[in-house]
Amino acid sequence: MRQEGLLRHAAVRLLGLIPTLLVLITIAFFLIRMAPGGPFDGEKVLPPEIRANLDANYHLDEPLLQQYFRYLGQIITGDFGPSFQYKDWTVNELIAQGFPVSATVGGLAMLLAFVLGTLIGTVAALRQNTAVDYSVMGVAMLGISIPNFVVAPLLILGLAVYAGWLPAGGWDWSWQRMILPVITLALPAIAYIARLTRGSMIEVLHSNYIRTARAKGLPESLVIRRHAFKPAILPVISYMGPATAALITGSVVVERIYSIPGLGSYFVQGALNRDYTLVMGVVVFYGVVIVVLNFIVDLLYAWLNPRIRYSEAP
Amino acid sequence: MALLEVKNLEVSFETPDGVVQAVNGMSFTLDQGETLAIVGESGAGKSQMVLAFMGLLAENGSVRGEALFHGNDLLKMKPRGLNGIRGKQIAMIFQDPMTSLNPFLTIEKQMAEVVMHHQGLRREEAKAHAVEMLRAVRIPDPEERIKQYPHEYSGGMRQRVMIAIGLLCEPELLIADEPSTALDVTVQAQITELVSELRKQTRMSLMLITHDLAAVAEVADRIIVMYAGEAVETGGVDDIFYRPQHPYTRGLLASVPRLDRASDDELQAIPGNPPNLQELPEGCRFRDRCTEAMEQCRKRPPLWVSDDGRSSRCFLPMEGGRTLQNATEPEHDE
Repeated sequence: MRQEGLLRHAAVRLLGLIPTLLVLITIAFFLIRMAPGGPFDGEKVLPPEIRANLDANYHLDEPLLQQYFRYLGQIITGDFGPSFQYKDWTVNELIAQGFPVSATVGGLAMLLAFVLGTLIGTVAALRQNTAVDYSVMGVAMLGISIPNFVVAPLLILGLAVYAGWLPAGGWDWSWQRMILPVITLALPAIAYIARLTRGSMIEVLHSNYIRTARAKGLPESLVIRRHAFKPAILPVISYMGPATAALITGSVVVERIYSIPGLGSYFVQGALNRDYTLVMGVVVFYGVVIVVLNFIVDLLYAWLNPRIRYSEAP
Repeated sequence: MALLEVKNLEVSFETPDGVVQAVNGMSFTLDQGETLAIVGESGAGKSQMVLAFMGLLAENGSVRGEALFHGNDLLKMKPRGLNGIRGKQIAMIFQDPMTSLNPFLTIEKQMAEVVMHHQGLRREEAKAHAVEMLRAVRIPDPEERIKQYPHEYSGGMRQRVMIAIGLLCEPELLIADEPSTALDVTVQAQITELVSELRKQTRMSLMLITHDLAAVAEVADRIIVMYAGEAVETGGVDDIFYRPQHPYTRGLLASVPRLDRASDDELQAIPGNPPNLQELPEGCRFRDRCTEAMEQCRKRPPLWVSDDGRSSRCFLPMEGGRTLQNATEPEHDE
């Protein structure tokens, strides 16, 4: 019965994702076309015949609306088309190459942020209004406010250049090269999750059911773990959907600084070069990732919170 | 020896507006198998007194005095020692069943954990015991209901679950803090009956906290009437109901609707409100609302006691009592 409710909840939510993606695709498609210039406008002006040939080959000579529907028909089959700029590469191939890198760095950063953030937040909540609480939360505030283009060079300077413990950048799938980018990406998320956890943990600890748990004579550690942790991390779970998406789709800045061949750099290159198919491909792919992650978080939320399991999905 | 002996219990809270004195020099004893009712208006300090010796005060609260359970002071115990008593020897039921159960855990988890922790039962044994206890508090179909979450229970049912949780380890003392206040009137009676019935089946002592004097008439052995953080009158249930000494007790009784009174007989409300606990008046705390207030009530009234365990704090003499003022009672020395 409970399983059934959860499944139906999932199915309804899944159907609701389709219009979201359609709107995203439409807006992105026309926005990038509105930007001045095109993929074949370069320093060197192409002879008109060659230009006409190219446009015909990529269907750029058709009316915009026709191109739009052609594109829709194409991506339904999962084909993002060829890249305009990276000749001999399809957009699918570029994503397949860049995404695993971005996803690994982003996923590890999120994992680190969740573990450390909830831990720090819980400790701060238990030591509420003490020196421990204030210093931890002060550091967290710093973590949120300092942008990663400041943190990254400082980390490189300290740990790579002066100490020489870690490589300053590059990518070869070794853990040594993952540490600095993962930390850089995780820091603000750790700080934010710690603040979220602290706030909701304090609230939960004042609730009547925690008093009941204490009146039962359970040791405080068990009260926290079994009775307080789940309700306290609910706000963290809702934050993690969009946050994970933002991290694993690749941070343009962080990937640039550490020279990581992730998806983020393709996105920037694609936009600058008016590489229509690449930009669209990455946008649509981002969109799917974000929407799917939010969907997962939604299910996780329903699974954690028994009270919304049976209710009708909106 | 008394099961529970509370001596000069003081509870105060640090608030941004100053110190609030919630409980003042409460002293009483509770014997094995006895039912003691603590009666008073909201804010009289009933709940805070109990929460204090259960170690459940809010962080800004502090407690002084003694609360001897089997001769051991609960207030001086380390968390470990206190946790060995809470839920096992002293169980507590709270006022609001809607929020007192954890909405994220099944009833089974919330019941089984008590016996697993205190008696070392394994999960299956613990569950079987919990099912039996749900049956005892008359939850229909307990084998199925135990798998559910609190939100699938009604308010009255949740309070039954709270009672079942309280009784799991067969405690020596059950503290029920307004167990029926948040419930429908019909359910209120059921819950009160259930508690007193279950108490009769065991040798358990019961401490019943309520603002409803009428509700405890048939259940309690003794009654303590609290006002503004202190006991104004103590006595057996018949003494309190038929020979009330303190004007406040008489006022409470006059405000209870009764069937044996003519229907055109108006209910007497006590005029005014309890004093602000931050600026308690000197002398008698009930003075401003008392119909019999005299000039001398500006001074602290004496405590009358009698050999049969009655007491009253008032300038009016208590029948068969003698005053204890300044004799054995320690003065507030802060």
